[in-house]
Amino acid sequence: MASIASAFLVGTLFGFGLAVSEMIDPARVIGFLDVAGRWDPTLLFVMGGALAVTLPGFPLILRRARPLLAEFFALPTKSKLDGSLIVGAIIFGIGWGIAGFCPGPALAALASGSPAVALFVVAMIAGQWAASLLETRP
Amino acid sequence: MAEPNIIGGLLGGALIGLAAALLLLLNGRIAGISGILGGVIKSNVAGERSWRAAFILGLVGGAALDAFMRGGLPLRMQAAGPTLLLAGLLVGFGTRLASGCTSGHGVCGLARRSPRSLVATMIFMVVAALTVFMTRHIF
Repeated sequence: MASIASAFLVGTLFGFGLAVSEMIDPARVIGFLDVAGRWDPTLLFVMGGALAVTLPGFPLILRRARPLLAEFFALPTKSKLDGSLIVGAIIFGIGWGIAGFCPGPALAALASGSPAVALFVVAMIAGQWAASLLETRP
Repeated sequence: MAEPNIIGGLLGGALIGLAAALLLLLNGRIAGISGILGGVIKSNVAGERSWRAAFILGLVGGAALDAFMRGGLPLRMQAAGPTLLLAGLLVGFGTRLASGCTSGHGVCGLARRSPRSLVATMIFMVVAALTVFMTRHIF
């Protein structure tokens, strides 16, 4: 129960950060990606602000034997650079470049009540589901 | 150059980083939004859905809190209709295939010094910039 409450509070902080940084505004994101246009460096400051916390923070936290509210740290196990990673990143990049939305900002932007955002989120979930069909079952 | 939001960017970015660090410290999880969402949709382990759903609910709530404070959200859509739908499909499909997005690979993966995340982040940044170049300056 405590881990569900903490996930909610941490999610709230994350969503608040996405809104404060204006990363939920696709125009800000496209402005950053549009290096040949009126370039908007805001995303760079957001990445910098986030990494300023996580780059030193993560190694410190991972020194602990276990997290505060769970039995163990659930970390990614894949370490090889495989085709899925590369092809997936390319496909994601194309979609991101078209709409200026990546998953976090798109979900947070649901708060606006915009039907267009909801359409994007539904399509994103459908895309995730389609990709999950390709995964090999254990 | 467009007017950058330096203060909001740095402050919001630090809050995002703090949230990612807290999720790792408290729940022992990586704050990768595509992965958290993916686990709500399709999870094979019992008890995996509730914390993920709570996180996403919070994500929307946090943005709503900012909207309440400043009286609305900055939201200027860059695509509509079938184009927006296609973009959503690509973002969902690609992030699942690549096991991560801007938050999982970008913010958390780089902090873990993961070579996979560094490669993924460089690829999606460059491809997205190329896509914008082609859609805004060529076609």
